[in-house]
Amino acid sequence: MTQLALVIDLNVCVGCHACVTSCKEWNTSGPAGFMTDENPYGKDPTGTFFNRVQTYEIGEFPKTETVHFPKSCLHCEDAPCVPVCPTGASYKREQDGIVLVDYDKCIGCRYCTWACPYGAREIDEQEKVMKKCTLCVDRIYDESLPESERKPACVLACPTSARLFGDVHDPDSEVSVQIREEGGYQLMPEWGTNPSNHYLPRRKTRIHIHEDELQRADNPLNKEQRGPSAPVESPTLDDSTSW
Amino acid sequence: MTVLHDPIQPPEGRIETKNTTCYMCACRCGIRVTLRDNEVRYIQGNPDHPLNQGVICAKGASGIMKQYSPARLTKPLKRKEGADRGAADFEEISWDEAFQIMEDRLSHLRSTDPKKFALFTGRDQMQALTGLFAKQFGTPNYAAHGGFCSVNMAAGMIYTIGGSFWEFGGPDLERSKLFIMIGTAEDHHSNPMKIALSKFKRNGGRFISINPVRTGYSAIADEWVPIKPGTDGALMLALIHELIKTGLYDRDFLVQYSNSAELISTDEASDDFGLFVHTDIPQEAECFEVQDRVWWDRTSDKPMHAREESLDPYLLGEFTMPDGRQVKPAFQLLKERVEEYTPDWAAEVTGIPADTIRTLAHEMGITARDEQIELPIAWTDAWGKDHDTITGNPVSFHAMRGLAAHSNGFQSIRALSILMSLLGTIDRPGGFRHKAPFPRPIPPCAKTPKGPEGVQPNTPLDGMPLGWPAEPNDLFVDDKGTPVRIDKAFSWEFPLSAHGLMHNVITNAVNKDPYDIDTLLIFMANMAWNSSMNTSEVRDMLNEKNEDGGFKIPFLIVCDAFQSEMSAYADLLLPDTTYLERHDVMSMLDRPISEFDGPVDSVRIPVVPPTGDCKPFQEVIIELGSRLKLPAFTKEDGSRKFRDYPDFIVNYETAPGSGIGFLSGWRGKGGEKFMKGEPNPNQWEMYEKNNCVYQHHLPKSYQYMRNWNRGYLKWSQEHSLQRYAEPINIHIYSEVLMKFRLAAQGKLEGKQPPEHLRMRVETHFDPLPFYAEPLEVQLTDKQKYPLAALTQRPMAMYHSWDSQNAWLRQIHAHNYMHIHPSTAQAQGIEDGGWMWAESMHGKVRCLARYSEAVEPGTIWTWNAVGKAKGAWNLDGDANESKKGFLLNHLIAEELPTNECGDHISNSDPVTGQAGWYDVRVRVYKAEDDEPKETYPQFDEMPHVPGTGGRPKKIGFFAGMFTKGAK
Repeated sequence: MTQLALVIDLNVCVGCHACVTSCKEWNTSGPAGFMTDENPYGKDPTGTFFNRVQTYEIGEFPKTETVHFPKSCLHCEDAPCVPVCPTGASYKREQDGIVLVDYDKCIGCRYCTWACPYGAREIDEQEKVMKKCTLCVDRIYDESLPESERKPACVLACPTSARLFGDVHDPDSEVSVQIREEGGYQLMPEWGTNPSNHYLPRRKTRIHIHEDELQRADNPLNKEQRGPSAPVESPTLDDSTSW
Repeated sequence: MTVLHDPIQPPEGRIETKNTTCYMCACRCGIRVTLRDNEVRYIQGNPDHPLNQGVICAKGASGIMKQYSPARLTKPLKRKEGADRGAADFEEISWDEAFQIMEDRLSHLRSTDPKKFALFTGRDQMQALTGLFAKQFGTPNYAAHGGFCSVNMAAGMIYTIGGSFWEFGGPDLERSKLFIMIGTAEDHHSNPMKIALSKFKRNGGRFISINPVRTGYSAIADEWVPIKPGTDGALMLALIHELIKTGLYDRDFLVQYSNSAELISTDEASDDFGLFVHTDIPQEAECFEVQDRVWWDRTSDKPMHAREESLDPYLLGEFTMPDGRQVKPAFQLLKERVEEYTPDWAAEVTGIPADTIRTLAHEMGITARDEQIELPIAWTDAWGKDHDTITGNPVSFHAMRGLAAHSNGFQSIRALSILMSLLGTIDRPGGFRHKAPFPRPIPPCAKTPKGPEGVQPNTPLDGMPLGWPAEPNDLFVDDKGTPVRIDKAFSWEFPLSAHGLMHNVITNAVNKDPYDIDTLLIFMANMAWNSSMNTSEVRDMLNEKNEDGGFKIPFLIVCDAFQSEMSAYADLLLPDTTYLERHDVMSMLDRPISEFDGPVDSVRIPVVPPTGDCKPFQEVIIELGSRLKLPAFTKEDGSRKFRDYPDFIVNYETAPGSGIGFLSGWRGKGGEKFMKGEPNPNQWEMYEKNNCVYQHHLPKSYQYMRNWNRGYLKWSQEHSLQRYAEPINIHIYSEVLMKFRLAAQGKLEGKQPPEHLRMRVETHFDPLPFYAEPLEVQLTDKQKYPLAALTQRPMAMYHSWDSQNAWLRQIHAHNYMHIHPSTAQAQGIEDGGWMWAESMHGKVRCLARYSEAVEPGTIWTWNAVGKAKGAWNLDGDANESKKGFLLNHLIAEELPTNECGDHISNSDPVTGQAGWYDVRVRVYKAEDDEPKETYPQFDEMPHVPGTGGRPKKIGFFAGMFTKGAK
């Protein structure tokens, strides 16, 4: 059975927020929208975003690592937000594993935000219903789009291709290959949610230099030696004695 | 309300898509805009565009909120009689009236003293048209923003290798194995860098970032090398020292393609001291750099004409010419120069451990030497020799303002360029590659007039307003050495100020130094805020009056799309369109979007009609040019030549019949020619059909080694990109700089600096790079002000362009001062607490944020996030003004009094580059009883006529039957 998901490669995410606003612009005018902004031109503007990027620092100077960390609904296989919903508005699709909210049924009780350990659910302050990442379900099945564009907006936007999309139950899909080969991991597996989105860890590339790589016969400095000097004009022993 | 139990059903509405070019920053990616019922519904990267290949950044994806921002200016406005500048007290007028005011005033200036009209623009990427207008008008007082941005990056590299970064060239990450990024946060070379860097990493490349701060790109670096601000030159010179010491330089490359082996006269008494020795060869027709240099040949142990077949010169040593002159190869002088710049010395200066510096040099040198690439591409060099392959040393670099925005930046960047050359990485695979129209001769040919005689009433300027001086006589000064330009560019204070000094204009005009002007036209530049040093004083200066009650800058015209801080100061405020509402060109004549493998230019076409009475600034320029009857805009019979801007772009030629226009694609009657050809009336349509872009792929044999590639040089000459087809040899030793030094020493005929600047010119016009602390730092009490203070560009905002954007400001609503915990705690400053940062010029109160990702001697904030109260149509208590701040208040545009004078610009003495990052500060905790807001605060900018209302909520939903709460 298909389980669509995102794989986010932390090794190349530069924290540019392309995924954040491309999601916003696609979804605010789509079936999952609109996405409210409160105080858009005032103090403490806040709004509905399905995807956010935070930046963390690890360690102490000078050994600090900086990690850019995008996070959106992880479309868990055992999504805790589904069973807690009193109206059944929060549901997981059989055909592709995407977790969605039926706005008609949602009463905005926010129970799901308590159940989700990842903070992926937000209430839209204007519409008073829960809104979240839909994996751009309206794009992936839209046959009027070219096949290469039947992907979430965030995946298409990402300038470093840090976001991959596919079926994590298909061992040959790009996402499955990346998870397997690059050590893709789930967030907080101890919660038992079995999230479908995975993250690829950071990897370092290093160069090792051997001492003898610095000593070389073809060192260009060797070409700077002056050749044998011209014979000297002044008297030497050559002409003074014969031994 | 649509629901998600059918989550696939698209909302109703008429859908239309159009391709155009983004302008949320100056990267200028190709975008595809989807409209629903004529409203912008979605902006995505155009997958078929060569620059961004379908990706888009946070800003590009937020274009909707820029288009529909209530901060849009929509009507031409005139300052009310008697109102102060800055009070934003305007009345609406018609465009006819606005044009009449401008025509009357400017035609008077043109016929009396054209230099009284100053035109300064925030963006270089339109300077083909704005520069043309200024030249035609006859005023020398024109520049774009480069002088206060990163002219050092342009000049330092162009005066060495004939090219630079951004759209001029860059790292070939596709083939590179080791990539070093220095002093870079975000810049307009954006999405292509992201695309390339990701592929580079995934292909196993190693990425090192050298920066005082670890944010943005540096997060994914394999190694972060923290460095103290302003010391990059020391690092570069130490790396050069280590490369020479270990022999890890590409000898063959340097010998053939640079002036390293060329002999220089070292006899202090001789006439040609410090200049290259020449040999007699038959003089050909006019050439750029006569190929008459001399090598000392190893085989014959004699001086010989450089680059003759089968010669092998010394790079080191000292020799005596047959006529007795002492000479040394340039490389010997370089070696002597860097003798003292050891890694141990540099460790003290930069804060980088000496072993790290040595290891960096070894990694670079060994990778360059041992991982050489060979491509099966045959090519012929400029001296006629055929080569079977193109080789490359796969070490690449990228550097930005972190190096440039210092008064020692030119030297640092010269050193970087020399480092890149020593590694043999110029225009080779895996290294640095140029982008058309570069490489260009060193220096490029464009020149300003040589004196005030070049400025005449009713006459176009006799030269370009901006240029590239090659020798002291090229300076734009009168016979006393007084600058002709208002910003003093191309004078002895900063001779090689190729991008002008926009940061000096207002101060100089108000101080009438060197003279006063009448009209200042500012386009897309926020001089009353983030683009000025010493912001508060600049704001006051704009409003300063003479004794007779008139303004010191009598007339101020501002053109902008939004209610910026600067817009409040206008006498005449012209509403520009957004990028979605107009035609535009990314031209080979200013800053095209070329790829490594060939020239690329592009256009913008309107996707939606102009809002309100907005008019594209380009149309304003064409209209003014026509009304003023400037020759380029007027037919022989005196009638108007161009209907509008699109007509101008199609039909304008640089000279009658030259076939060179603003756009290089689809020229010729039927669009069959490129680069050069007759105007094509259907040119716009052809661009529109082709993703708004024209891309030319050079044959592979022309794509590399272009400084010395006969095929490329001839092609470029045939297509009028360049006049000369000579090789462009790298200037390791800069004779250009030496000539200025000789003039300062009184040893060169012709123009010489005034007495008070002789020492300064002599010191800084060194033919080889050297390290010295930035000027401001030298004049600062470092005990009192021990910390460096910087800004960085965030990826989600571009300068001050985005606070009117409801989505982007949710990412950056106010900025913090990022500070290392130990530095903060030493002063009792808490994480998230209020603090003061104070320099010798001013102080700011701001919020602190602890960070381990900054070297402890530096504090930093995001550039331009802080805004003035009420500007950008934000509420008076918006975060941008209450909690956001500008570092600019700590920075002065003039240095403290020093031996050169009282009013010396806080700029690089070579290029005039504004020394933004030279400021030194101290920090301390704010008292508990202080107001919990940033300092300084400004009076609230009132509502400006023509701008929109500020809704308390938005639920944007594009289309006619909008359900959103807008």
